[in-house]
Amino acid sequence: MSELLATQLAQSAAPAAAPAGARAGARLALGLRRTATALVGVAALLVVWELYRAFGPVQGVEVGGQRVLPRADPRSMPGVGEVLATLGEPEVAVPGARTVGVAVLDAAAGTLRMAAGGWLLGSAAGLLLAIAMQRSRLLERGLLPHVVLSQTVPVIAVAPLVAGWGGRLALTPTLAWQPWTSVVVISAFLASCPVALGALRGLQAPGGAEQELFASLAATRRQTLLRLRFPAAVPFLVPALRLAAAQAVVGSIVAEISTGTRGGIGRLVLEYAQQATSSPGRLYAAILGAALLGLLAAALVSLLDVLLLRGGRGPGGNP
Amino acid sequence: MSTPAVQVVGLDQRFTTASGEVHALSGVDLTVDAGAFVSLIGPSGCGKSTLLRCIGDLVTPSAGTVLVGGVSAHEARLAHHYGIAFQSAGLLEWRTVQRNVELPLELHGVGRRERAERARHLLDLVGLGDFAGARPGQLSGGMQQRVAIARALAEEPPLLLMDEPFGALDEMTRERMQAELLAIRERTGTTVVLVTHSIAEAVFCSTQVVVLSPRPGRVVRVVDVELPTRDEDAREHPAFFAAITAVREALRGRTPLAGALHGEDR
Ligand SMILES: Nc1ncnc2c1ncn2[C@@H]1O[C@H](COP(=O)(O)OP(=O)(O)OP(=O)(O)O)[C@@H](O)[C@H]1O
Ligand SMILES: [Mg+2]
Repeated sequence: MSELLATQLAQSAAPAAAPAGARAGARLALGLRRTATALVGVAALLVVWELYRAFGPVQGVEVGGQRVLPRADPRSMPGVGEVLATLGEPEVAVPGARTVGVAVLDAAAGTLRMAAGGWLLGSAAGLLLAIAMQRSRLLERGLLPHVVLSQTVPVIAVAPLVAGWGGRLALTPTLAWQPWTSVVVISAFLASCPVALGALRGLQAPGGAEQELFASLAATRRQTLLRLRFPAAVPFLVPALRLAAAQAVVGSIVAEISTGTRGGIGRLVLEYAQQATSSPGRLYAAILGAALLGLLAAALVSLLDVLLLRGGRGPGGNP
Repeated sequence: MSTPAVQVVGLDQRFTTASGEVHALSGVDLTVDAGAFVSLIGPSGCGKSTLLRCIGDLVTPSAGTVLVGGVSAHEARLAHHYGIAFQSAGLLEWRTVQRNVELPLELHGVGRRERAERARHLLDLVGLGDFAGARPGQLSGGMQQRVAIARALAEEPPLLLMDEPFGALDEMTRERMQAELLAIRERTGTTVVLVTHSIAEAVFCSTQVVVLSPRPGRVVRVVDVELPTRDEDAREHPAFFAAITAVREALRGRTPLAGALHGEDR
């Protein structure tokens, strides 16, 4: 026995796993590089914008009555500096009024809250749906086409319906259906689809060999779900959750606009668009807020990815 | 002897596939005595893995009965009566090597400390003590198979089912693993059913070599192997060569020379 061990040890000179510290460092470096690339991309876009403003045709370019390139006048295309300056302006001409920047941030935070609610609710629903479909062939055959089709439902048309139904629900006064509830529900609906599809693929990922292993160990369904199917689904779940976050944000914005819910960035975009002739910078300030919101949502989900990959599939329980 | 470890009677296995019906096993009878070391050998695709799966209650036979330790294969599986090492290692890539070995113990409620202790001991046994914290993806195919063997041994089951476990190992490691397996069996009294393509491996390890025909698999011959010892010298013993010849002849479908061997024709 000891002889075997000694020979094996001598043979197994291959390097073991890289130390965790080095891996974390490498990941950080990769993250920084990615961020830098993204920033360069944004900068390039701004440069193109300013160049077009400086040298583009003032009347734009029309082909057969269709405008294919925008006008380069200041009203259609406010300068980058102008938009940034707008952020500091008071929103209304009343002393002590909040600035546009603060309004944009407030609205972005409002939408983020609704989208986060929708994302959580939708992800949970999607996951449950996936588990149900994995358990039952019949459910899978019955539900899966609907899940896929539901992606094509035009939110803009359905949102007012949801608001209408919700308003009629007889809830206690303290639990009344708020306008934001509709937004959260719609955002959840959109978020649930990618999670259901991704999770189902992930739960079904373990092949015959792994299933046989668990069968040979007389593992219960629950054990198989927790110890085999969930860990196997994590790599599928991570991109699905990311997609769901994007869907939840877009869904919230669209739902806000079409239900007329106040307090979010979607509504603010609408308001500022109406003021475009007097202060063209505002619309872009609001759009900037929406972009910021998207980035924030993506960052939050990335944080979750790290937790999932560490916790769900990590080395855990090792000495 | 007491109840046989495995008793297969009139086993028939057919698979219906899109391209038609596959008749994998036909009228297989097999008795594995408790404590025996039985090798299954036969041409590729003859149903060796399928036979092992039937014993493990991982496929349901089309006809026939399978008893494991005197109870149905199904009950035996639920009672964690056997450990199995599959043809492909089948390790969970998100678990470390050690946690892969711990899996059977974890599923069956063994405490964390005891689990870790047993897993480390088994990893030492298969020569992978240094790789406890590695991921399966970082190991070679042969090393992964050794992890799978350690996992199959984790609960010291009364019956060990092994499907070409040493297939991916070099000749030297392979012989060492065989010796190690024999030592484990010596110590624990485990019954072993081993599927292999190597005649020498079958003869060296086994008390009986079961030769299967090409598909549909039937038992052609059971060669009893009686070696005076099971150490390195055994590989040069006349009885070793005689048994090898008998197995080879059976695989070729020839009748053996009368009286030269222990064994029975089917
Ligand atoms: N689940 C299944 N569905 C359909 N056919 C199967 C299934 N399992 C095995 N077979 C078929 O049964 C036959 C026997 O397969 P098996 O894996 O038992 O062979 P084997 O003797 O182990 O071969 P090898 O030595 O190459 O591993 C093959 O023809 C195979 O295609
Ligand atoms: Mg096989």
